[in-house]
Amino acid sequence: MGNEFYTLHDFMLFTKGVVYYLMGVIVLSILGFWLYITARDEDKLIK
Amino acid sequence: MSTLKTENLKQYLTPFHIVVGIILLLGGFVTILRFTKGLGAVTNLTDNYPWGLWISFDLLCGVALAAGGYTTSAACYVFGLKRFHSAVRPAILTAFLGYALVVFALHYDVGRPWRLPYPFFVQSGPTSVLFEVGLCVFLYLITLFIEWVPAALEWLGIRKPRDIIVKATLALTIFGVVLSTMHQSSLGALFLIAPSKMHPLWYSSFIPLFFFVSSIAAGLSMVIFESTLSHHYLHDKMDETYLKEHDGVTYGFAKGAAMVLVLYFFIKVVGVALDNSWSYLLTGYGAWFLVELLGFVALPAFLYAIAVREKNLTLIRWTAVLTVLGIVLNRFNVSLVAFNWHLPPEMRYFPRWHEFVISIFVVTIGILVFRFIASRMPIFYEHPDFREHEPVELEEHELKPHPQTWGH
Repeated sequence: MGNEFYTLHDFMLFTKGVVYYLMGVIVLSILGFWLYITARDEDKLIK
Repeated sequence: MSTLKTENLKQYLTPFHIVVGIILLLGGFVTILRFTKGLGAVTNLTDNYPWGLWISFDLLCGVALAAGGYTTSAACYVFGLKRFHSAVRPAILTAFLGYALVVFALHYDVGRPWRLPYPFFVQSGPTSVLFEVGLCVFLYLITLFIEWVPAALEWLGIRKPRDIIVKATLALTIFGVVLSTMHQSSLGALFLIAPSKMHPLWYSSFIPLFFFVSSIAAGLSMVIFESTLSHHYLHDKMDETYLKEHDGVTYGFAKGAAMVLVLYFFIKVVGVALDNSWSYLLTGYGAWFLVELLGFVALPAFLYAIAVREKNLTLIRWTAVLTVLGIVLNRFNVSLVAFNWHLPPEMRYFPRWHEFVISIFVVTIGILVFRFIASRMPIFYEHPDFREHEPVELEEHELKPHPQTWGH
């Protein structure tokens, strides 16, 4: 975004930090998506 | 006598045959031009754009959309999802024809097509990504041919070689999956050599992963798309087992495609985050990138999810079309739109009409050969002399053509 990076270390620290946050969001989102898509599966409804 | 001839002529002069005839004539004309006058006479290719429509569509899209072969056979034989068994043969046939046409189309694109076998038999370049792609496509085409051959042998009534090949199914499947994993990703890796030529939103060190993951969604969606068309036009060639399993295959593949598309969406976002390319999203190219990512990846993922929950076959079928279009759009974006993005508009590439004709010509040949094989060989049914499973009892309503095809 508007950040200025003076070293490769700065750049990687920033981008990897963003990706770590994103990974948390992704894991939760995929879990939620899986629960949404399988909520009405017949084998689950029987149980 | 003349009345009989006129009636015969009318029988053959259907709109389908007329359109196909025109395409084949035009294709034949451009083929003669290409091989007598050279690439310059029929293409707008330049030193800036040595790869044009034929590589973007015939090769990159062709290989991605032929991924149904390895995804279906892997699901059935490697992951043991036997309920998808009836979808394997149509998927293998589609993949075999897809790859055969990729190689056929490549003869138009390379300057000296008779030298296509050179990298394997004369002078190999094992450090080149293109060599790996070529070798994998070469070996996978042979693998797909062997996987398809039992259908032809059953049709011809030849049992012994057919039985030997059927026993090797698992080994062939694993070999095919390994080769596909390698070359689907390597097609993306080809663009790693050009970071300065590609727009930062499409360039990423993860591009091989993008190509591989998106090919799975493309393959699953192509199987749904192809089975819908087959259900409509080749319904009388399908046996009870195929008809019984058809809806289950569609729901199962839609669920798989939804999950893969969501995964693909997130790894694309991670690609943007790792390169810190967020600021480009506010430009014109960014808008186009968002159209691709939201309209052709996120949207089909949600539509698939809703359709699977609501058990809506019509929505699944239209979503499969949207997904296939999205993969085609992605390959065009990577290889043409985002490629050489810094060049002034007058130096950008736009295909000549001859190039469009050849691409349509190649697809038409594929449709004709598929129809020829599927209407003669045991693709949608088990040959009665080679039956491995007892036929499934089918209720009367399931024997009729599917009422929901394309929603009417």
